[in-house]
Amino acid sequence: MMHWSSFSEFLAMGGKGFYVWGAFGVTALCLVLEPFFLARRRRATLARLARRLRAEAKTGDRP
Amino acid sequence: MNWFKYSAPAAFYPLAGRLIPWFWRLAFVFAAAGLYIGLVAAPVDFQQGEAYRIIFIHVGAAWMSMFIYLVMAFWGGMGLAFNTRLSGMMAQALAPTGTMFAFLSLWTGAFWGKPMWGTWWLWSDARLMSSLILLFLYIGFLALTHAIDDKRRADRAGAILLLVGVVNIPVIYFSVQWWNTLHQGASVSVKGSSMAVIMLWGMLLVALAMWMYTIAVALTRARIIILEREWRADWVQTLSNPESAGGTAGN
Repeated sequence: MMHWSSFSEFLAMGGKGFYVWGAFGVTALCLVLEPFFLARRRRATLARLARRLRAEAKTGDRP
Repeated sequence: MNWFKYSAPAAFYPLAGRLIPWFWRLAFVFAAAGLYIGLVAAPVDFQQGEAYRIIFIHVGAAWMSMFIYLVMAFWGGMGLAFNTRLSGMMAQALAPTGTMFAFLSLWTGAFWGKPMWGTWWLWSDARLMSSLILLFLYIGFLALTHAIDDKRRADRAGAILLLVGVVNIPVIYFSVQWWNTLHQGASVSVKGSSMAVIMLWGMLLVALAMWMYTIAVALTRARIIILEREWRADWVQTLSNPESAGGTAGN
């Protein structure tokens, strides 16, 4: 089941390609960037926790 | 099964870690199926031409922006009523994703409005304005909770804002009936659908994919927030201790 007869026809979207891909493109970008930044934040948090724990283990001031 | 057990961060953290990969898998499967139907298989709309295909992401984004807000308001209410630590963390974990979907709902709506109505935006349209207010409520929640240093107080203030703003959700939903709007009426309602079956399936599958995505991302963020807020707790320390557990709080 295929509505399009060629790939360029698919990209053109009946002359409304700018609107269709402008909407889909920004949506895809957001849904890729959010998990990316989240993964970075998770790594940074884990690294910060490890640093804090090492610092406390050294000075021995763990409550 | 005792569900209250999982309202403790120490029990919630590993459970969420096990569930996240499954929600990602479901999100990918639903997205692939929904986008195939929406972009490749579905026929052209006889009135709107090919630009109507924006509906496949616009409706899902708009639903998620409202649904996430309701879930956040629910957690806000739970936090005020039972004073559970996890409630505020869940609201915080959902807020950025809700903000993103509120923005995407407006963005995809503008990119649909331009070819259909000849305008990106219309200040006098009730559906558009109430959706913009929803975006401001999300931004207001994030700004308010980040401005208060004491996390528990920030959670309570945020919860009150969420509960007050919840009145906006029915306004968004019924705006197309209550006022004369340029925005079209609901395509799907309890009485049935005004759409072709294949279009309806594409829309529902993409919306389902966004739902699964939201759960995966929110659980991931909730786990980070737990680590940040509860890092003094013993169970976090064993989890992130480099000598045990392989050095990461991976699962």
